[in-house]
Amino acid sequence: MIEAIDAARSAAEARIAAASTVDELRALDTELLGKKSALADVKAGLGKLATVEEKKSAGQAVNEAMTAVRSALDARIAVVARAERDVQLAAEALDLTEHFVAPGRGRPHIVTQAWQRLEDVFVGLGFQVAEGPEVETDWYNFEALNMPPSHPARSMHDTFYVDHGATGSTVLRTHTSPVQIRVMQTVKPPIYMIMPGRVFRNETTDATHLAVFHQIEGLVIDKGITLADLAGTIDAFTKAFFGEGFGSRLRPSYFPFTEPSAEFDIRTPDGSWLELGGCGMVHPNVLRAGGLDPEEWSGFAFGFGIDRMAKERHGVGDVREMYTNDIRFIEQF
Amino acid sequence: MKIVHSWLLDLAKSLPDDVDAIAETLSDIGLACESVDRVGATVAGVITARVIKTERHPDAAKVHRVFLDCGDGTEHHVWCGAFNMQPGDIIPWATPGTTMPDGRAIETKPIVGIPSEGMCCSARELGLGDDHGGILILDPDTPVGVPYGKALGLAEEVVYDLDVLRNRPDAYGHVGVARDLAARFGVPFSASDGSIKATGTLKSAPVEIVAGDRCPRFTTIVISGVRVTSSPDWMASRLAAAGMRSINNVVDVSNYVMLETNQPNHAYDFERLGGGGFRIRLAREGETMVTLDDVERTLTVEDLLICDLDDRPIGLAGIMGGQNTEISDDTTVIALETAWFEPLGIMKSVQRNGLRSEASARFERGMDPYGIDASVSRFIELLRLTCPDLVVHEGAVDARTEHLPKPVVIDVRPTRVGALLGAQFSAQEIISLIAPLGFVGALHGDTISVTVPTWRPDCTLEVDIIEEVARHYGYSRLGATVPKSTQPGGLSPVQQRRRRVRDVVLGLGVSEAMPHPFLTDGDLDRAGLSNVAVRLLNPLAVGDDVLRTSLRPGLLKAVAFNESHRRSGVALFEVGHVYPPSEDVLPAEHEVLAVVLAGREAPAAVAVWRELASAMGWGARLDQSVVSAGLHPTRSATLSAGRDVVGIVGEVHPDVLDAYGISQRVAILEVNLSLLLASEPKVAQWKPTSRFPSSDIDLAFTVPTSVTAEKFEKSLRQNAGALLVDIALFDVYRTDASAESRSLAFRLRLQANDRTLTDADVAEVRDKCIAGARKLGAQLR
Repeated sequence: MIEAIDAARSAAEARIAAASTVDELRALDTELLGKKSALADVKAGLGKLATVEEKKSAGQAVNEAMTAVRSALDARIAVVARAERDVQLAAEALDLTEHFVAPGRGRPHIVTQAWQRLEDVFVGLGFQVAEGPEVETDWYNFEALNMPPSHPARSMHDTFYVDHGATGSTVLRTHTSPVQIRVMQTVKPPIYMIMPGRVFRNETTDATHLAVFHQIEGLVIDKGITLADLAGTIDAFTKAFFGEGFGSRLRPSYFPFTEPSAEFDIRTPDGSWLELGGCGMVHPNVLRAGGLDPEEWSGFAFGFGIDRMAKERHGVGDVREMYTNDIRFIEQF
Repeated sequence: MKIVHSWLLDLAKSLPDDVDAIAETLSDIGLACESVDRVGATVAGVITARVIKTERHPDAAKVHRVFLDCGDGTEHHVWCGAFNMQPGDIIPWATPGTTMPDGRAIETKPIVGIPSEGMCCSARELGLGDDHGGILILDPDTPVGVPYGKALGLAEEVVYDLDVLRNRPDAYGHVGVARDLAARFGVPFSASDGSIKATGTLKSAPVEIVAGDRCPRFTTIVISGVRVTSSPDWMASRLAAAGMRSINNVVDVSNYVMLETNQPNHAYDFERLGGGGFRIRLAREGETMVTLDDVERTLTVEDLLICDLDDRPIGLAGIMGGQNTEISDDTTVIALETAWFEPLGIMKSVQRNGLRSEASARFERGMDPYGIDASVSRFIELLRLTCPDLVVHEGAVDARTEHLPKPVVIDVRPTRVGALLGAQFSAQEIISLIAPLGFVGALHGDTISVTVPTWRPDCTLEVDIIEEVARHYGYSRLGATVPKSTQPGGLSPVQQRRRRVRDVVLGLGVSEAMPHPFLTDGDLDRAGLSNVAVRLLNPLAVGDDVLRTSLRPGLLKAVAFNESHRRSGVALFEVGHVYPPSEDVLPAEHEVLAVVLAGREAPAAVAVWRELASAMGWGARLDQSVVSAGLHPTRSATLSAGRDVVGIVGEVHPDVLDAYGISQRVAILEVNLSLLLASEPKVAQWKPTSRFPSSDIDLAFTVPTSVTAEKFEKSLRQNAGALLVDIALFDVYRTDASAESRSLAFRLRLQANDRTLTDADVAEVRDKCIAGARKLGAQLR
């Protein structure tokens, strides 16, 4: 009996050693240890043995043999599976630099990028964002901004007139400032708003001038707002948008809708100055046009071009390039 | 505005003779200095020489030989292409080794074998004006052998180019600029006091003002003993530095006084003045006159004329004089006119006639109505320099009407100054800050009464005086504080949604374009769109006058452009405004998203729409029965939500593609963002995912063409009921486009939240779906 057990075990171990694939070894599991295996047969014949001792020792031997075959099988499966995976991994080798151009993400226009970066900085400074129509009434674009008809400053704006309503009553807005009036009329102060948008000037385009371009305007109206608050806000914006190494200054200037008025310049880290935009304390006549009492409220406004931000940031030589809609331009950014 | 450094120092002698300090201060007081230029620099190596004789040479037709004496005892020989000199003339001679302002190096070069020692110079070659008609002939008394600059008394002048804004007409003159600078530097400033001493007999040029509102003040004074000659070199040099040509002593003094005091004036030949006086009236419609620039002007009833007492027009008031009374070399008696004209009328007249002058630029901005006397006094003082026998006659006329502006007095509250500037100033500090600018303040209780100097027409309100305080105190000294916003910053919900829309479209591989918002009729025609549109009255280019009613033409042009540059298959979008006509106060302007996918078919655009709709929570029906103009009739649909049309989706009509020169298909999506962004999308609510296994069934049907896939899918959804967790069309098979039916294959995934589905559950769903499909005329394949 013991001999039969040993023979079966030896035969099983030989088969395991000879198997070379995981599939073969999984098949051997049933064949060598299943109900119809040689060892199972021996186990089934134990009852026929005469003595209890014989049964006991033969039973023990069969169990030992089966355990030994099981562990031989498991060990062999582990080795073969490892080898097979290694072969598979080697065969799957790829050169990841074999790169096919796939349709990638779309590219936002660089003016939109500048626009959104500006919005985000001002939102961080506590501003909300207001919008208004691009086709405006003369009243919002000029008159409410302290430029009554025939005000000489109107000639500073090369205005596109629109054939809508009475002649001269409708224009393409020459600046984003009319939105100030619309905001004052609809929002109860305190007002901390920026107003980005498209504006129009009837002038011949060149490398630095467009007839259609974009501005961002800021308006703060609250109790006790001062020119020092304007200077501080411009400086906070400068540092937040351009970086800590930048500074700003205000220079006296003239706009009909602000008084006092100023230009604001940005000091770059190398110490040079860049003219950025115009600003000032909201003119009392403008506050009145917006329905606010200048004795109760004061405020400041500022504005500058968005296109130039995009142009300077990306080193675009000619602003007109930004509007060719040439995919070879768009895809660079 | 060109402001000459030495001139400023004449007017305010204690100003620092430091160009950088002046330039910086000018910008700091709001007279932005755009550039600092040095003019009148002389060319080293050019000396004076006398022409001994000139000779022609048979072998050189275009040049002649000039023999020069420069006082060194040697006869110098120069070949010269200009023939305007005579023996004895003194000319500027560029000696060999000179580098001319244009960079030319002057060398000894031979012509027909005879060397030329240097070059004779024209005025232009020396940067002395535009005259290149011949060699510059100098005064016969000029010594020879000296640098021409010294001989001409040329001085190098520093010129500040100021960007003077509309609110500061006074800063068009040196006096105004010097006054501001002196105030900032705290140094004295003196202007002419305006006293005129008349010594001559009574000789008057009477004035009759007919248009009193347009000409509130008109003064005349008669001056005899005038000798028309050339100006002193220093004056010519300053005029040149300020950008004006020297003409003769009378014209030069007139210009010099204007550049200094800012007050234009006009000298008439008194002998040629009809009736010996002036009449100021509006022109008659169609009346003509020839202005000094030799152009005949046809006038309207809104143009103001200066006429003589024979009613003959002799000047377009405030703009330009006429030819008929121009002073000539023989003039000995002049009538000097100095007036104040109403600015707006001058501005309109300038625009109407398209004629601008140094005078009109000043009058239309607003002169000092009371600055006339000082300018007249200065005129006489300066003219006397070249006309020692000058006689100023008694009988000067100062005609005024009630329209002459009066000095303005403004009440200023020191508390208000502090409240607006953020720095506190006492009443006394305010008064002394603005006093050097000419503002006279007197404290009455808590308020300062400020009398505005008449050269500052811009100051009419308290806030204007506050600006003067800030300007002269220095903006940079007022401090910088940041106001605390009491509201949270942020984008509005609509703005946040718009950004989300962009992100989704960008994520689908579509790039952003920004076409021009102006179109031509042709652009609309080619796109198959109506040309009912709002127009520009003054477009940049003729025909480029349509305010776009659709983003489509702009994007199609972009597709065509890129295709012509070998970039087919571009995917572009625009978020922009369109401006359709409306009966309201303004056009029906609204925001649109348009997407074009070149080289793609309609389903690609539908896929963009579906992705957007899913991301934004938008819903709309695709209605292929309504196709708008310019779109492919069998591959496009209208997007409808309730009664609203929210957009279109599909393909661009092949006719339109042909018209735009596009040779690929273009899938298109356009949606009305103003409409769609306005409504708040529903926030997605959590549905528990089942822990029980799911079962898939695939069903393929032959579906009549009349039943849309959308409608058929809806029927499957309804019939599958609550067990359906997902459904997807995975195959479409069509024998040919005209077939009455096609095969649609769907995969349905079924799952229950509370149990594992049985075969019977699945079979029931399948049977219901098939039965439902049958009602739509579809058969299971």
